[in-house]
Amino acid sequence: MSTPPPPMPQTAAPDWQAAPGSPYPTYTSPIPVVRTHLGHALASEWTKIRSVRSTMWTLGVFVLLVVGVGLLTGLVVSSADPDMSGESPLALGFFGLLLGGMCIITLGVLTTASEYGTGMIRTTMVACPSRGRVLLAKALVFFLIAFVVTLVCTTLVGFLHVALLEGHNAKEPTGEEWLKGTLGVSLYVALLGTLSLAIGSIIRHSAGAITIMIGAVLAPLVIALFMFSSSLADVQQALFEYSIPNQMSIFYANSLSESGPSGWDPLWIMLVVTAAALGGAFALLQKRDV
Amino acid sequence: MIELEGLTKRYGEKVAVDGLTFTVRPGIVTGFLGPNGAGKSTTMRMILGLDHPTAGDVRIDGTHYDRLEDPLTCIGALLEAKGVHPGRSAYHHLLCLAQSNGLPRQRVHEVLDTVGLTAVARKKAKGFSLGMGQRLGIAAALLGDPRILMFDEPVNGLDPEGIHWIRTLMKSLAAQGRTVFVSSHLMSEMALTADHLVVIGQGRLLADTSMAEFIERNSRSYVRIRGPQRERLLDVLHQAGITAVESGDGSLEVDGSKAEYIGELAARHRLVLHELSPRQASLEEAFMRLTAQSVEYHAHTGVSAPPQRWGDDWKRG
Ligand SMILES: Nc1ncnc2c1ncn2[C@@H]1O[C@H](COP(=O)(O)OP(=O)(O)OP(=O)(O)O)[C@@H](O)[C@H]1O
Ligand SMILES: [Mg+2]
Repeated sequence: MSTPPPPMPQTAAPDWQAAPGSPYPTYTSPIPVVRTHLGHALASEWTKIRSVRSTMWTLGVFVLLVVGVGLLTGLVVSSADPDMSGESPLALGFFGLLLGGMCIITLGVLTTASEYGTGMIRTTMVACPSRGRVLLAKALVFFLIAFVVTLVCTTLVGFLHVALLEGHNAKEPTGEEWLKGTLGVSLYVALLGTLSLAIGSIIRHSAGAITIMIGAVLAPLVIALFMFSSSLADVQQALFEYSIPNQMSIFYANSLSESGPSGWDPLWIMLVVTAAALGGAFALLQKRDV
Repeated sequence: MIELEGLTKRYGEKVAVDGLTFTVRPGIVTGFLGPNGAGKSTTMRMILGLDHPTAGDVRIDGTHYDRLEDPLTCIGALLEAKGVHPGRSAYHHLLCLAQSNGLPRQRVHEVLDTVGLTAVARKKAKGFSLGMGQRLGIAAALLGDPRILMFDEPVNGLDPEGIHWIRTLMKSLAAQGRTVFVSSHLMSEMALTADHLVVIGQGRLLADTSMAEFIERNSRSYVRIRGPQRERLLDVLHQAGITAVESGDGSLEVDGSKAEYIGELAARHRLVLHELSPRQASLEEAFMRLTAQSVEYHAHTGVSAPPQRWGDDWKRG
């Protein structure tokens, strides 16, 4: 570097004072001392998440997938001039959101794990030694972003589908169906992302955590597909019913099976799993060296 | 003030830091010296509450790090590993740190100015040179205008002008009454900056002394003499009450005497001299002797083995 010699810090004149409990005089800064709290950590995490490209990329691709695939499905289905035989058009949004979910998983993992990859985590923990506060702030900021973006996309796609399929004998979605297909599924996807964030904090390795999460989404369905033995029928059924894609489809009331979770159950299941993962991440964060 | 008490860190079988007890005082620069793998960085990470000590205790102004309500106004640190997200700009990196401690946004601009990064504040950190990265780390350390500063090998990657800058910076920070704790492998570097010295090797405390005392105890000035009439030279010196030690290559070494005096003495006795040179044993040598037993990663070049005993290499010019 060939910058000219920078000036020395322009701080106040030496202010020598004995610190309480110290036999030596020490420096006192003119900057007012602020007792830090969760609000500061939230502001910090908000700045962090909006100042890296990966956020724009993952959310951009998410919007593209959910809205793009949603629009495509709507156009294809409506141009085929189908008879919806009283089905809700909202269900068409499922496929795009399932694909988009991968972006939310990626962003969730990156929010925590990328700090380990870059060493930023040490800087973060030095600035905020309360590790639980850091994890909570990350989870809250991420959850809110993921929720809002998903809600906007699913609502948009929902209106799109209803408009496109008007006059195809499609059912007018009820209030409950609207609520589940927008708010419900958005909460679910945001929680899925928060679960990924917790896994990222536990695994501390971006690629590893993303692989685990995508595996967790896809593996149960794939495994169930290959369970031919009739003695495993029950296991196969459970794998189907509790797989994340199936749980997501329940919000659109087109579950792949008749038994198993229904109504708002998937949301409660995901809430419990995410809370448990966050608890585990917190315990490990407290115990491990950064 | 930083107080360590029997601070110990074990990684499995490996003892990285072994019962360190010392105090880092405000108002002076305290150098933290040790060869590679001595445990300097580990000690600093424990001070910052990043690594949990296996045993012992460390306190910042009487408090554990994780109890600090205003960490960045209390202590600022530059750690060895670059703690920066490469995709984030210098400005946003500092801004998120400032926000986490409720520091005014103005401080970000001030420290960017202090370290001379204002022009590249909006550039991503991954494009930064080693020296610019180091400056960004220093900016982060200064952000809260803290009363304690800790630098892990701050001169790494800096050019001579940068090294001079950081030296002056550390001294001025200490002069304002702050505690400045800085690690290095280079004794010569510390001799120019530090007022106090803590030396460790293999995690153990080897010395905790003022710089002046260390220099006085370890800097040895002597005169090196070479000439064809070695026996006569020895006699003449002996008669004059001067003790000369023979060094390996046939030259003589005299402690404490002035070269002028020896030269005049030789002239008076019409002795031919081929060399008459005042010498100073370097502090670097003293440091290497101090840590010789505990150097973990020797380079086996086969040319010159590291000195094994105190004083063994005095005789080597
Ligand atoms: N996380 C870790 N796991 C296992 N061993 C570790 C870990 N961190 C440090 N060590 C070991 O502890 C010892 C001290 O390492 P440390 O980095 O503190 O030394 P140092 O004095 O900073 O060295 P250098 O001058 O090379 O930076 C080394 O032998 C290192 O291998
Ligand atoms: Mg180190």
